[in-house]
Amino acid sequence: MRIVIVDDSGLRATVLEEGLRDAGYDDIHVVPPQGAFVAKIERMAPDVVLMDLGSPSRDTLEEMLAVSRALARPIAMFVDQSDDAMIGAAIDAGVSAYVVDGLRKDRVKPILDLAIRRFNAFARMQTELDEARTALADRKVIDRAKAILMQTRGLSEPEAYTLLRSTAMSQSKRIADVADALITAHSLLGGL
Amino acid sequence: MTPLSIAFLPLTDSAPLVVARAKGFAEAQGIDLSLVRTTSWATLRDRLVYGQVQAAHMLAPLAIAVNLGLSQHPAAISAPFKLNVNGNALVMANAFAEALDPDPAKRVHDPEAVAHDFANAIGLYRRKPVIGVVHRFSSHALMLRYWLGFAGVDPDRDVNLRVLPPSFMGEALRLGEIDGFIAGEPWNTAAVAEGLGEIVAAGVDIWRRGVEKVLAMRTDWMEANAETVDRLLVAVSQAAAWCDDPANREELAILLERPEHVGQPAEWIMAALRGKLMLRRGDAPVDIPDFLLFHREAAGFPWRSQALWIYSQLVRWGMVKADPATERQAADVFRPDIYRRALGGAGLPMPGASMKLEGALAAPLAVGAHQGALTLGPDRFFDGAVFDPDDLQGYLAALAR
Repeated sequence: MRIVIVDDSGLRATVLEEGLRDAGYDDIHVVPPQGAFVAKIERMAPDVVLMDLGSPSRDTLEEMLAVSRALARPIAMFVDQSDDAMIGAAIDAGVSAYVVDGLRKDRVKPILDLAIRRFNAFARMQTELDEARTALADRKVIDRAKAILMQTRGLSEPEAYTLLRSTAMSQSKRIADVADALITAHSLLGGL
Repeated sequence: MTPLSIAFLPLTDSAPLVVARAKGFAEAQGIDLSLVRTTSWATLRDRLVYGQVQAAHMLAPLAIAVNLGLSQHPAAISAPFKLNVNGNALVMANAFAEALDPDPAKRVHDPEAVAHDFANAIGLYRRKPVIGVVHRFSSHALMLRYWLGFAGVDPDRDVNLRVLPPSFMGEALRLGEIDGFIAGEPWNTAAVAEGLGEIVAAGVDIWRRGVEKVLAMRTDWMEANAETVDRLLVAVSQAAAWCDDPANREELAILLERPEHVGQPAEWIMAALRGKLMLRRGDAPVDIPDFLLFHREAAGFPWRSQALWIYSQLVRWGMVKADPATERQAADVFRPDIYRRALGGAGLPMPGASMKLEGALAAPLAVGAHQGALTLGPDRFFDGAVFDPDDLQGYLAALAR
């Protein structure tokens, strides 16, 4: 079974591809949705195409599915229209799957199940990564603000942090936001 | 409050939905409206068909295609309201536009001559021109095909139509992947402002009152939630009236500029709202009256004859086989009965009929209405052809293909 993954996110494609390989599928191709990607897919003659539901290139791909002479058999989205729960899960996870008509449902279902799980796992990873990045950025901002307070007000590091925290609490803001405002004000006033 | 989700694409004609939410029209009708921004029509269609949203800002031909099973799995969806009339333009790369009338203002106002110039230019061009369309089942693609067909160009043979999302057109033009495109605003203005191409034709000059986006919903949902649908239509109709008021243009452009809406500069969005478009970078903007209508002339009214015109074009280009049952099914997608039920009490002028000749009016005409006075604007096709929904076969026979 030849599976094409249309994706420009290196990480997501890798997460999905690894899962499929672990499950015993070995004819897998990743195609980024750029330039003449549709012609490339046509030449590959896939049985299943997996794609991010939110990808703007879905219209381009569907147009190919509508007019392609290279693909002898029609390709439809999802495999089984009667399975609303699965389609719902796929859409929630952000997966769209185009499947060659005539492929048996029991052969495609595990692929779609796996894609849904992997897309969900990827979304979780992405959220965690974003949170980690924010946390890191916040810490840098707070460190700079502390340094400014220590320098200009002659405070110790714990005192500077306590001041930032109590200001944040009294204004019901995040410490990082208070620190950010302080840095801006400091640079406006000619500090470094 | 009734929570409702509506999917939309970042386009100037999503305005009535954006305004229904942002200016409190939905809230006043007890609707807690959330808007789901989507980048492709396929995703918008799936979100609607599979129930993630209750309604969608949809290409009118796509709504019909979904019912006829032409765009993935068939589903019953209905259009009880049109969100706008017209709003598209054709942009061609500067190198191609050179072969047309050198004065861009003359081009847009003489679509007949430009269609012929365009046909000639195809032969002179270095390759078969690749023209971006936003979807196979878009008003844009049908209008482009209609216009090219007039000059004897076979859009399936003489040009290469390539489907791309509207927001990708400019970049594809820059990279030379396409030689032009037809899309809704603000993407034409964006391409011109960046010097990537020139506006050579406007949708309004091809069909003066061209059907464009509809408010689409699943038919079973619409029938099970009649009272909610009525409130939604009142809210969106009031929002459309707000959008049409010149006094609100600037505020509207600033609202649409926000990244969660269209996310493009207000200045570019203003062009379509004012009907004053820059056709070539550096040139003074040119007046294109009625470029985009939201509310006047009962613009929201879903004429069944317009659904049938779309069907006639699908038949013409071999996208569907002519058949009386299919014809009926296509006409039934537009639901003037729901429009009347929802907005009958709102004091709006209400057309007495549900079908009319399309393209028969050269000048404004007062027509029979159930209440108030209704004047329809000129609605001619640029070639003067008149579409009689009762004589679809005669109409198709008279067209070149």
